[in-house]
Amino acid sequence: MRFRFADSPIDTSAARLELLDPSAGGYASFEGWVRDHNEGLAVSRLEYEAFEALAIKEGERVLAEALERFPIKRAACVHRIGDLAIGELAVWVGVSSAHRGEAFDACRYVIDEIKHRLPIWKKEHYANGDSGWVNCDRCGAAPRHGHSQDHDLAQDHGRTQDHEHGTGHGHAHEHGHDPVT
Amino acid sequence: MSPGAAKIQGLILAGGRSSRMQRDKASLEYAGESQLDRAYALAARHVEPVFVSVRAEQTGEPGRAGKPLIVDSFPGGGPIVGIRSALALFPGVAWLVLACDLPFLSDAAIEQLLRDRDPTSFATAYRSAHDGLPEPLCAIWEPAAAAALEQAQREGIDCPRKFLIRHGAKLLEPADRRALDNVNTPEEYAAAQAVLRAAAEPVLLNIHYYALMREQAGRSNETLMTRAATPAALYAELTARYPFTLAHEQLKVAVNGEFSDWSRLLHANDAVVFIPPVAGG
Repeated sequence: MRFRFADSPIDTSAARLELLDPSAGGYASFEGWVRDHNEGLAVSRLEYEAFEALAIKEGERVLAEALERFPIKRAACVHRIGDLAIGELAVWVGVSSAHRGEAFDACRYVIDEIKHRLPIWKKEHYANGDSGWVNCDRCGAAPRHGHSQDHDLAQDHGRTQDHEHGTGHGHAHEHGHDPVT
Repeated sequence: MSPGAAKIQGLILAGGRSSRMQRDKASLEYAGESQLDRAYALAARHVEPVFVSVRAEQTGEPGRAGKPLIVDSFPGGGPIVGIRSALALFPGVAWLVLACDLPFLSDAAIEQLLRDRDPTSFATAYRSAHDGLPEPLCAIWEPAAAAALEQAQREGIDCPRKFLIRHGAKLLEPADRRALDNVNTPEEYAAAQAVLRAAAEPVLLNIHYYALMREQAGRSNETLMTRAATPAALYAELTARYPFTLAHEQLKVAVNGEFSDWSRLLHANDAVVFIPPVAGG
């Protein structure tokens, strides 16, 4: 399985091994981390829940699309479910390829599609004791989020509101003495 | 009908492009049966044999393959070419012609056509309950219409309704106003499914709830006996029971582990999941 869920901390050094390929010159990864604030509120922890059977199917489709669209070697993704503390790794995406450009591009494609298409939900628990499901609890009362407007259900589920819990620590490693170009 | 009238065979028209429905109309389902299969079985209860009229490029399509086909033998397509192709292939035979998109058509309506047939007209058809004009696609077409239809097409008339208006037909009053209602859009399809489901048995569904909806329903799953024909109707039923704050337009729906459209017909033991706005990553 190239896409999977984990109910305990993700071992990125093990996940990365799935991407090794003799013809790959490097790999790019993205890690999404639990951030301590969102939309002006202090966040104390997060809770992830998934409709796993469909999320795995859709996750596999996203990775297959990335392999089709970009000249890359391998792609994989691991997503956490359950309770996560501030700073914990919520999602990991890795892509290996001959050259770095397509690895970055494919990695970006995968995380963007994963966030918008997979039936995964997160509940924020706030420092003030409140909690709420991201994209759900406030969009019913506050259509300013745009979720109910111009809503193409087939393509755009949740895309109008983009909460980034990861701080965006993408990084690329280049292997070998012959730098990728 | 008079003695000596031509033998009648069945012709189901399934060559349309379904452009307003945006999917193959022949494959639309009611109570688990495709429109094409329903229309085919209906005709076969009254006449035999029954053929399916298709365009040349449709002969291998699932749902059509396996049934006796009559492929358009004149250019241009459309129902008039389907009818002409059948008349040309079997000279001297009359045809019970049925569009496949008439979900409310009943045995009684077919019996009335056969009983009140006038074999001396080009066709015996119903008068539309909506506009009083002939309905050419639930009708009996007589062999003598072949030459007149060819002539009409040469004169630029490609609409069988116009043909019947111009040349006259034996017109019958439908006993059931709704019998000839056809289904052209996803909205009409959902409405027809709901009507047909309401007349049928309720089904047992498995419903799963996640995230905000799990909390609002107070449960992760339930089994429910319902007459709701579609996910849209089911969600409307559930919102009357639970304090759901999300509108149908904000959700997606999955049936049996795959994303589904809201007008899909639900079957017994289907697993339905309503998907609130997602927030992975």
